[in-house]
Amino acid sequence: MDERKTPVLEVQELGIDFGGLTAVNDLSMEVYDGEIVGLIGPNGAGKTTVFNMLTKVYQPTRGTIRFLGEDTAKKNVVEMNHAGIARTFQNIRLFSGLSVADNVKTGFHGRIPYSPLTAIFRLPSYYRKEKEIDEKTKALLEIFGLSEEADNLASNLPYGAQRRLEIARALASQPRLLLLDEPAAGMNPQETEELMSMIRLVRDRFETSILLIEHDMKLVMGICERITVLNYGMMLAQGTPDEIQANPEVIKAYLGE
Amino acid sequence: MKKKIGLPAFLTDRKYRSRTTSFAFVIFGWVILEIMMNTGSLSSLFTSLLVPVCCYIVAAIGLNLNVGISGELNLGQACFMSVGAFTAVCLSGSLAQTIPSPVIRLILSLFAGAFVAAVFGALIGIPVLKLEGDYLAIVTLAFGQIVKSLITNTFFGIDDAGFHFSFVENKVELMPGGKMLLNGPMGATGTERISNFTTGIILILISLLVVFHLIYSRSGRAIMAARDNRIAAESVGIGIFRTKMLSFVISSCLAGAAGALYGLNYSTLVPAKFDFNTSILLLVYVVLGGLGNMTGTIIATVVLVLLPELLRSMQDYRMLIYAIVLILIMLLTNNETVRTALQRIRRKVRGKTNG
Repeated sequence: MDERKTPVLEVQELGIDFGGLTAVNDLSMEVYDGEIVGLIGPNGAGKTTVFNMLTKVYQPTRGTIRFLGEDTAKKNVVEMNHAGIARTFQNIRLFSGLSVADNVKTGFHGRIPYSPLTAIFRLPSYYRKEKEIDEKTKALLEIFGLSEEADNLASNLPYGAQRRLEIARALASQPRLLLLDEPAAGMNPQETEELMSMIRLVRDRFETSILLIEHDMKLVMGICERITVLNYGMMLAQGTPDEIQANPEVIKAYLGE
Repeated sequence: MKKKIGLPAFLTDRKYRSRTTSFAFVIFGWVILEIMMNTGSLSSLFTSLLVPVCCYIVAAIGLNLNVGISGELNLGQACFMSVGAFTAVCLSGSLAQTIPSPVIRLILSLFAGAFVAAVFGALIGIPVLKLEGDYLAIVTLAFGQIVKSLITNTFFGIDDAGFHFSFVENKVELMPGGKMLLNGPMGATGTERISNFTTGIILILISLLVVFHLIYSRSGRAIMAARDNRIAAESVGIGIFRTKMLSFVISSCLAGAAGALYGLNYSTLVPAKFDFNTSILLLVYVVLGGLGNMTGTIIATVVLVLLPELLRSMQDYRMLIYAIVLILIMLLTNNETVRTALQRIRRKVRGKTNG
């Protein structure tokens, strides 16, 4: 639909079976450069499964995933991150034993590398690289309002701050595509409002496309440029927020007959 | 954020404080013991324990990296000590004529012991680190036994014609003047005792430096991230296997160096010395000292090595009392009231130094 922009992610006829159960089938979608796309659907529709396939936590049974024009069939989870896909998790997965700052620093693992020997012998490049990591971490914490908490343990943060920290950590790996799994879950309306502006800011400032799963329709309709609706693992509809809101199929899936 | 002025970073920064404490503790202990040795107020029993304690500390620090920081329950640390010990003993024995200086021979042997143990660690790590949790623990235990059996059945000698090596006793026939370096279940005999306490202390300091430098770096963060949440760690681009392998190899490398120092401290050394019990003992030091807490590990090792010796006068009841003390310490350190009390004291002390 959008010819001016290049696709970052192209998914074709994606499907996965668990034993005899088909969790996702025949899903095709694209995410273009700099776009915010929503992935919605009733509970159990297979949204998180799609995320797990995109990041190769699950290997898809059928179909292809092309990222930045490259086929990703042979890539594993770690290589997908190095290729430029970062994500957050529905049930927050922080490194609970690490400080807030160190959680973000782990995100730079693949981007600002140096060898363990450099660290053990404290070579000059250790100090140089650590300084770079330090500065970039500080900047990220500042943006997400976590500077005050930098030295605290990640597990001691309040819920909303943990969600923000997950996004900060994901952004540290400088992704071209950011996958957000229910970023507004458990947030109050005011926090959700802040989150919406934060997501727009992330897109503009970090030059990344965003694909997000969310149940909060206000957020989805408010910031997504296009929306894909899943139901029972099948694609139900695709289009702009206005088209989706007017789609009778979607209304039926959400409200029942 | 408040900026603290006056004190240097290694005293104020939370990250460096544990490092400074460990170093201060070791150096303080060393100075005290040296003074006691020179004034003759240390009994011969205690003097003979100094080097072994250093060895156990180094091996336990390595194990703490594996168990506390990396979160893998390793029940085979003693086998890496064993590999290091017998490598060092063999090397030192074969170089006795070529390099007369014991100091150079000791350093070479320590490096060789550490290196060979690290290679063993990498080899054993390939199958072991594909497993998790209890399975990993059981397999490290099994490899510990395998290595012990291997060394128990190794016969290794040197004579003018070169090295002789066999897994069957009668096969090694040495020319007159040859020397049996490794004699199967009898182990190594007639080793020149070239270890000393100062080397032990230096080894502890080096191993602390290695472990702390590793922890506060990209690799250390990756090791702890992989421990805390495997899936999230992979999602930020951390290769779990490589990370676990790194901590496993460094841990076995330190155990190898410790073993080398240990082996060169005794004229006879049997392979049975480094059995399952030794592995468990090292694990007890680590758990009692606190997972990830290096100073704690050092204190626990010193106390638990000395305790049975101090209780020698109790004779038959010695191990009974040892066990009771062990249980009491475990209960006390895990007691909520005691913990909060300790924390309060710590906060007070810290408040004074900062304010």
